[in-house]
Amino acid sequence: MSIVEIPQEEIRQPLPPGPLKWVKGNLFNNVGNTLITLILLPLIFFAIVNAIIWIVTQADWTPVINFPLLYAVGQYPRDQIWRVGVSLSLIIFMLGVSWGKWGGLLRSISIAVGLTFLLLALLPIQHAQLNLNMRLYLGSNLIWVLLGFGIGRAPFVKVLYIVLGWLLVPVISILLLAGFENSSFLPQIATTLWGGLLVTFLLSAGGILLSFPIGVALALGRRSSLPVVSAFSTIFIEGVRGVPLITILFMFSIILALFLPAESRIDRLLRALMAVTVFSAAYTAENVRGGLQAVPKGQIEAAKAVGMNGLQTMVFIVLPQAIRAVIPAIVGQFISLFKDTTLVVIVGINDFLGIGRSIINSDPEFVQLQLEVYLFIAVVYWIFSYLMSLASRRLETALGVSAKL
Amino acid sequence: MTNSNTEIQFKSEIPFYRDERVIKAVAQILSAVLVIGFVIWGVINFQRAAEARGMSLGFDFLDKPAGFPISNPPIEYDPSMSFGRAFVVGLVNTLLVSISGIFVATILGTLLALARLSSNWLLSRLALVYIEFHRNIPLLVLLFIWYFTVFAKLPPVKESITWTSVAYLNQRGIYLTWPRLTDAGHTFVIPFMIGIILAIISFVTLRKRRELTGKDTYYVPISLGLLVIGTMIGLAVSGWKPFWLDQPVLEGFNFQGGLRLTPEFAALFVGLSTYTAAFIAEVVRAGIQAVDRGQMEAARALGLNTVQVLSLVVMPQALRVIIPPMISQYLNLTKNSSLALVIGFQEVFSVGKIAINQAGRAVPVFALVMLTYLALSLLTSFVLNLYNRRIQFVTR
Amino acid sequence: MSRKLFPVFALLLVFAFLLAACGGSAEPAPVETVIVTVEVPVAAEAAPAAPSGSGEILSRVIDRGKLVCGSRTDLTGFGYLDENGRNIGFDIDLCRAVAAAVLGDPEAVEFVPLTAADRGPALQTAEVDILSRNLTWNASRDAQWGNFTNVMFYDGQTFMARVDSGINGPEDFDGATVCVTSGTTTEKNVAQYFTDHGWNYEAVIFEETAAVYSAYEEGRCDLTTSDNSQLYAVRTGFANPDEHKIFDFFISKEPLTPAVPHGDDAWFDTVKIVMYALINAEELGVTQANVEQMKNSDDGRIRTLLGNGDDWGYTQLGLDADALARAITAVGNYGELYDRYLGPNGLAFTLPRGLNENYSNGGVIYAPEIK
Repeated sequence: MSIVEIPQEEIRQPLPPGPLKWVKGNLFNNVGNTLITLILLPLIFFAIVNAIIWIVTQADWTPVINFPLLYAVGQYPRDQIWRVGVSLSLIIFMLGVSWGKWGGLLRSISIAVGLTFLLLALLPIQHAQLNLNMRLYLGSNLIWVLLGFGIGRAPFVKVLYIVLGWLLVPVISILLLAGFENSSFLPQIATTLWGGLLVTFLLSAGGILLSFPIGVALALGRRSSLPVVSAFSTIFIEGVRGVPLITILFMFSIILALFLPAESRIDRLLRALMAVTVFSAAYTAENVRGGLQAVPKGQIEAAKAVGMNGLQTMVFIVLPQAIRAVIPAIVGQFISLFKDTTLVVIVGINDFLGIGRSIINSDPEFVQLQLEVYLFIAVVYWIFSYLMSLASRRLETALGVSAKL
Repeated sequence: MTNSNTEIQFKSEIPFYRDERVIKAVAQILSAVLVIGFVIWGVINFQRAAEARGMSLGFDFLDKPAGFPISNPPIEYDPSMSFGRAFVVGLVNTLLVSISGIFVATILGTLLALARLSSNWLLSRLALVYIEFHRNIPLLVLLFIWYFTVFAKLPPVKESITWTSVAYLNQRGIYLTWPRLTDAGHTFVIPFMIGIILAIISFVTLRKRRELTGKDTYYVPISLGLLVIGTMIGLAVSGWKPFWLDQPVLEGFNFQGGLRLTPEFAALFVGLSTYTAAFIAEVVRAGIQAVDRGQMEAARALGLNTVQVLSLVVMPQALRVIIPPMISQYLNLTKNSSLALVIGFQEVFSVGKIAINQAGRAVPVFALVMLTYLALSLLTSFVLNLYNRRIQFVTR
Repeated sequence: MSRKLFPVFALLLVFAFLLAACGGSAEPAPVETVIVTVEVPVAAEAAPAAPSGSGEILSRVIDRGKLVCGSRTDLTGFGYLDENGRNIGFDIDLCRAVAAAVLGDPEAVEFVPLTAADRGPALQTAEVDILSRNLTWNASRDAQWGNFTNVMFYDGQTFMARVDSGINGPEDFDGATVCVTSGTTTEKNVAQYFTDHGWNYEAVIFEETAAVYSAYEEGRCDLTTSDNSQLYAVRTGFANPDEHKIFDFFISKEPLTPAVPHGDDAWFDTVKIVMYALINAEELGVTQANVEQMKNSDDGRIRTLLGNGDDWGYTQLGLDADALARAITAVGNYGELYDRYLGPNGLAFTLPRGLNENYSNGGVIYAPEIK
């Protein structure tokens, strides 16, 4: 649940001239290290061999490989599943466009995403849900990303269009996923049916995006010279940071209803999203506050000197610098939030972990296979958050901000 | 600030809506009205709902019998006791698991940080794997793995794993032979405690004198000696038998006696401390790496050995960097203990949730739970911040 | 610093800066559209607001074209998911029957999975139109939570133990470790039971049903306790069901009953009558397969039940004559429904009907006539 992300710095070992010398220099360079190496080597070897034997021969992966769609989208109606696909492809397409425009880190991300889908399409597993159509769809995402890249390269595509595109895509996706009442083409799909990775990503991405403006406002409020505004902001920030996320989730999912007018009823998924947003906003506020403090006073004075008023100084001089400085911290917070969304299981929302638990409970035999299911879930979370933290480290270098916050 | 003298002179020409003081006042009143209005609106809605459904805001239920059981209460409790008592049981459980978790996580995390910085490639990589494993997996998943696939899979009572009858490990928990004071043992405690106090005092004062004067005051042997003398006197007074060993024995369904850790506590404790240790390792490593290399080299050049370099030169400087993020890790661990709910350990949140269901007083119970966490957080960060300030001051 | 009076305006621009940060320069786009519209479609998902006055739940269900059913997804036989993620189970089909009767479509149901702790508030706030989540009917819940319709499953709380545990009856219970679900009537019953007998016990308490039984099966507890049906459901799921025995005495009555929110008599009646129809259909031999031909049965009671006879009151409730026939077509009669999940060839496990036989076969499943 930690929001503090310590940036990783690899200790680069000096490049050895030969493998033998490297072994000597890094494993047997003194008596102590030789002893440690001699103890660890057989232990590690033994552990790895046993793990492989278990994975390949003893483990029963049925509850993992039998339900790919359930893990991906939960109970989302199978005949409407194309809506999830279109939303996903839209995002991938926009990713490609951004890659074409800006390159850099986006290039690696786009290529990785495209290849992952190609890999999924070619997965050598026989499964009813992984039929030809599904494989074609998965593979098509590589084309989308490349198409996006091509369009992004075209000179007539302005930065403004891409920003607008990014603003529109989440809106279109949500509308597409939720559908409309009394529509035969896009029938409404209750959020109780949404699940799996879809919900996990929706909650973490939605939480970060929605909490961002609130967090900035709170950070400004806390630094405000107005005692009332500052007090309210501080109370909110410290209050939220002082309690566990699960209590906030629980408050929104059960207690909140009592404080709203009797006739208002808020969707359960939305309530969880609100809780995640409120939680994340308090941490964003503290991050942004750090960024605001890092903006040199000279910048503000210079802005004043050229005749900017307070608002202009804040919007055009201070905030852009502050936010640029805290982007790595915000990405770190996104990774934390991504992991923290698992807590929605406790308020009865079937996110990725929740679907895993439902699957375990759906079949008596699966109760004996909990380790397999949890390991699979752990590995998926691990891959996503590890890749994101890799990306955040590169982003940090790209933005040229150090970890001074 | 723009409130320069010139502006004040021109004040009469500034329309009131551009007068900074007016704007400030209006903004404050507006925000106050907004926030307070929102709260009042919520309270009115709540009262309407409460009336319609016959709910109450009072805390009077705290005296009423709880009626629900709690697993292995750390202090005396049975279902006929009050909701208030049940809540205290939960609080004691939260404190137990947080304090022991923080203790172990700190040690494990520091060891991991040292392993990570080791010149042995294998050890350093192993520590890296450990850290990256824990940092990128949700704690909830780890807790499920610890409880349902490790502690729940231990052998049954009759096939306990045992180590020379001192410790037993089975699916009902971990049973340890535990020293307990005999009746005569109480006379042991006082001389022993006096010995410890004297040892600490002499250690601190003599060491300080050494630092001031540079003369060796033999503070280590003197304080150790005081400790030994205190212990010996205590042992002699209590007739050389201050303790008896409480050994776990199989009686009926379960082991009786000894110190018992339930699987629920053990899973939460192990899960929390191993998870937090990965974060602490990164904090400690960053702290150690923040110390200038020249400092270490200079200390070595002065002839200090590795232990001295670490304890006298590196750690005091590293602590300045380490303490603030460490505070937030400790707070995280305490807050994360609320996940105990899913593995059947009844701490504050879990007891609160049961109470909500059985007493039907969602709002007061929940307010109590949240205030408890808030108080714990504020208290911990207050105490640790005091310590932090001291460290920062001393070393500068 | 008065410039901070304008966070509202500032934050609109801030969002654009975040997005533009990857590319460097971007004009601050009209961001407010995002922040606002992202919420709107999701909010529109919420059930249409309607205070629960008389007749309002029924009319809101019809307006919405969908029944909101509080359910569960984790109890084999009663409320669980098939491999396509579709909700199935005894409790689930009761909701489908109501949807078929009222809306003409057994699929027009939105299932809201609820935990034991959430279900009370969900019914109190009328977040769900019907709660069918193996819910025990008792006086305090009837007073506080909502209206209980008709007992659809007679159950009682009992215990399960390993055959080789040496526990042969209550006389061996003293000192046992008991696994139990929190936030249920079960939890308090077991505390009461052991206290009344003056026995010691260690309670191991989980919020999630699955956790309780998984802990019991691993051997964490000597006993586990719950409704008889739930213990049967769970036992079939064990690796070796034969190694566990379920005791045949009950320490409490657990009539499992679907409930509706307080305050709408018409809705309460509608749900009750659908339940009666399922029970009467079994008694009269109307099955899922023969509904159509039974409409022309010689028996007047059957014709009325199936809407080819007298008006049993459906006009007052705003239903059509075919409503109950549709419910039976959708899920079958009570016996078929029971057998589908709990019968010898059922999807879930076999549980002898016992008390849940129709009264004509010696059970207590008995419903008022539809006429």
